[in-house]
Amino acid sequence: MKKLTAVLLCLAMLFAFAGCGSAKTGSDASDGETLKVGFIYLHDENSTYDKNFIDAAKAACDKMGVEYVEKKNIPESSECTEAALDLADRGCDLIFADSFGHETFLAQAAEEYPEVMFCHATGTTAHTSDLKNFHNAFASIYEGRYLAGVAAGMKLNEMIESGKITADKAKMGYVGAFTYAEVISGYTSFYLGAKSVCPSVTMEVQFTGSWYDETAEKEAATSLINNGCVLISQHADSMGAPTACENANVPNVSYNGSTVEACPNTFIISSRINWEPYFEYIIGCVKDGKEIDKDWTGTLATGSVVITDVNEKAAAAGTAEKLEEVKGKLEDGSLHVFDVSTFTVTVKDDLNKNAKVDGDGHLTSYMADVDTDADYTPDTEAVKDGYFHESEYRSAPYFDIQIDGITLSNTKF
Amino acid sequence: MKQAERHIREPLFHIAKRDALVWWAAWLIRIAAVAAALVVCAVVTVMMTGENPIKVYATMIDGAIGTERRIWNLLQSLAMLLCVSLGVTPAFKMRFWNIGAEGQVLIGGMATAACMILFGDKLPTFLLLPVIIVASIVAGAVWGLIPALFKAKWNTNETLFTLMMNYIAIQLVSYFSLQWSVPKGSGQIGIINGDTHAGWLPSIGGHDYLINILIVAVLTVVMYIYLKYSKHGYEISVVGESENTARYIGINVKKVIIRTMLISGAICGIAGLLLVSGTDHTITRDTAAGRGFTAIMVSWLAKFNPLFMVLTTLLIVFLQKGAIEISTIFGLNASFSEIITGIIIFFIIGSEFFINYTVKFRGSDKGGKA
Repeated sequence: MKKLTAVLLCLAMLFAFAGCGSAKTGSDASDGETLKVGFIYLHDENSTYDKNFIDAAKAACDKMGVEYVEKKNIPESSECTEAALDLADRGCDLIFADSFGHETFLAQAAEEYPEVMFCHATGTTAHTSDLKNFHNAFASIYEGRYLAGVAAGMKLNEMIESGKITADKAKMGYVGAFTYAEVISGYTSFYLGAKSVCPSVTMEVQFTGSWYDETAEKEAATSLINNGCVLISQHADSMGAPTACENANVPNVSYNGSTVEACPNTFIISSRINWEPYFEYIIGCVKDGKEIDKDWTGTLATGSVVITDVNEKAAAAGTAEKLEEVKGKLEDGSLHVFDVSTFTVTVKDDLNKNAKVDGDGHLTSYMADVDTDADYTPDTEAVKDGYFHESEYRSAPYFDIQIDGITLSNTKF
Repeated sequence: MKQAERHIREPLFHIAKRDALVWWAAWLIRIAAVAAALVVCAVVTVMMTGENPIKVYATMIDGAIGTERRIWNLLQSLAMLLCVSLGVTPAFKMRFWNIGAEGQVLIGGMATAACMILFGDKLPTFLLLPVIIVASIVAGAVWGLIPALFKAKWNTNETLFTLMMNYIAIQLVSYFSLQWSVPKGSGQIGIINGDTHAGWLPSIGGHDYLINILIVAVLTVVMYIYLKYSKHGYEISVVGESENTARYIGINVKKVIIRTMLISGAICGIAGLLLVSGTDHTITRDTAAGRGFTAIMVSWLAKFNPLFMVLTTLLIVFLQKGAIEISTIFGLNASFSEIITGIIIFFIIGSEFFINYTVKFRGSDKGGKA
């Protein structure tokens, strides 16, 4: 009885609290004047991946004069749906989520709020979905990776010329998250960039099985260095690999933004996606009541694919000039990253089975899984006019071919 | 003379064990502790951020219960944490340090997800749901049983054992989320059976989470009765107080350990079921989201009483939800809300000290030296 009274007392207290709470909220209903944009982030600024989005989102909202609302540290679960719905309740006209795993959960919120626009980075399903208010976006980051690869190749050439290594020892290491098309497309374009200037280059890739695992990334980079890799790049979101490189004094090509402050002696260059153009585009669309592209691909031309300044201390001489030249060729279409004449592919029963090659091993056909489904049905021919058409049939990458010259040391992920 | 005087000098205060305190006095101390915690938090808030502490608290309350959706959300989160807490309670009451709830929840969720994926288009719903329920309960129970068997047979250290079982569960989930990932190789399963809703717990009256909340409410009452009024519950508390006493009065300690861990694991398995089939409709490494550890705090704070656990869970969930809102509204780092949560919990745990012990100041005892 006594305990019961105590419980009742506590509940009474709580409801008293509840009373104050709901009384407060009535006043801040949206005024309907300025546009409100909500952003959902997987982590906070401590992750290089999320920081890239956060900075762009704030800048775009400032520039477009709209209200910015954020929710950080939202996991890839129903909490993402709830966060999105809460933002919609709060009067957001446009809601964006930044992580791949948010996609299905954001789409659920989109179903419930058909008048609110939902946009999602790196996802793959919007172009086949019936939801009118759900959109995907990505950028042709493989072009940025290719440019970063050119910088890496030039560094290798410098090492060969100075006698530090021989040409056959020009081996790069790459720390990847998953054996997923986005990562495969990334490291392959990086490798092809390096190969375009340093033909003898090879590469070893290690996967960590996580997009953010500082310890695993650091260990993977260290073990690659121990395996004889003389230059490291990565596609994962922590500072693990760059730090390992700085400690071992091995040159590093970074991602998501410059790591020069933490790694002044080894950082060469970084490619990243600049999301500001996309944010400005979607905010503009909502403002003018225009339809947002279901599946938007940023490019070098839209300013979405960018490379940082070259760190002269670590990079080879003349890198910046060379990159300008290659960038020009990529932009005018005279150079394609996945030009089939620049690489060979081995087709076996358990390897690249959706690919067809000619006698020399050059790709002649590849059926890619562009329309995402659980059976990975190959549905779209991606090789035409002598190159693989990446990010054209869908913004998110679908190049998942294992090309010759790259070895994968742990494919378990 | 001076020496002698120093020798018998009383300290400024000393601490003595209290007799059982009347219930209202104990609650008065608890309420005072919360009030003191709020004052300290307010001071910290002003010093560190310059924000008005009243506004910060109002924002917290708004974040937790400001809209109907938030109230549902709060209840859902409460149900999930409470379910895991109910799972760990019998084990902890028996002084079996089960810190493997995280793994037991995950493996229960894993079993649920596996059934949803493998049988989703093969079995009709009326068969699929029972299969899922049995699979998740069995999976959780087995994950609890393994360390219990080792403890009972070879007296292994259950703390380490259950902890290690967590990692196995996490790696299993990692492995299968890669096997079943959509798109290929991404390591994400995404929502399972999103079009058919096969294997999803039904929503009642348009509320997706109501069924979870009801299941956990029933579990809470059952667990309360089980621990308080059943013979099993009595055996658990005797084993917890002293294994030797238990043996002396003829309780089969090994049997109690194994049986209790089976129950503990099974309830965690149910939590996994509710999280996967009733909430997320997918599984990731983070599905348990640390609840397996937070649950221990919930359970201890409530002194293993399932009804009080409703309150302690509410407190923790309320703080968590409020904290997210603070970081959104004031643009503060997530760590700041963790600081506030930490301070409040510190005070509440501290209040238990003052309920069990009294502080006697020098001079309050008559008859000392002048």
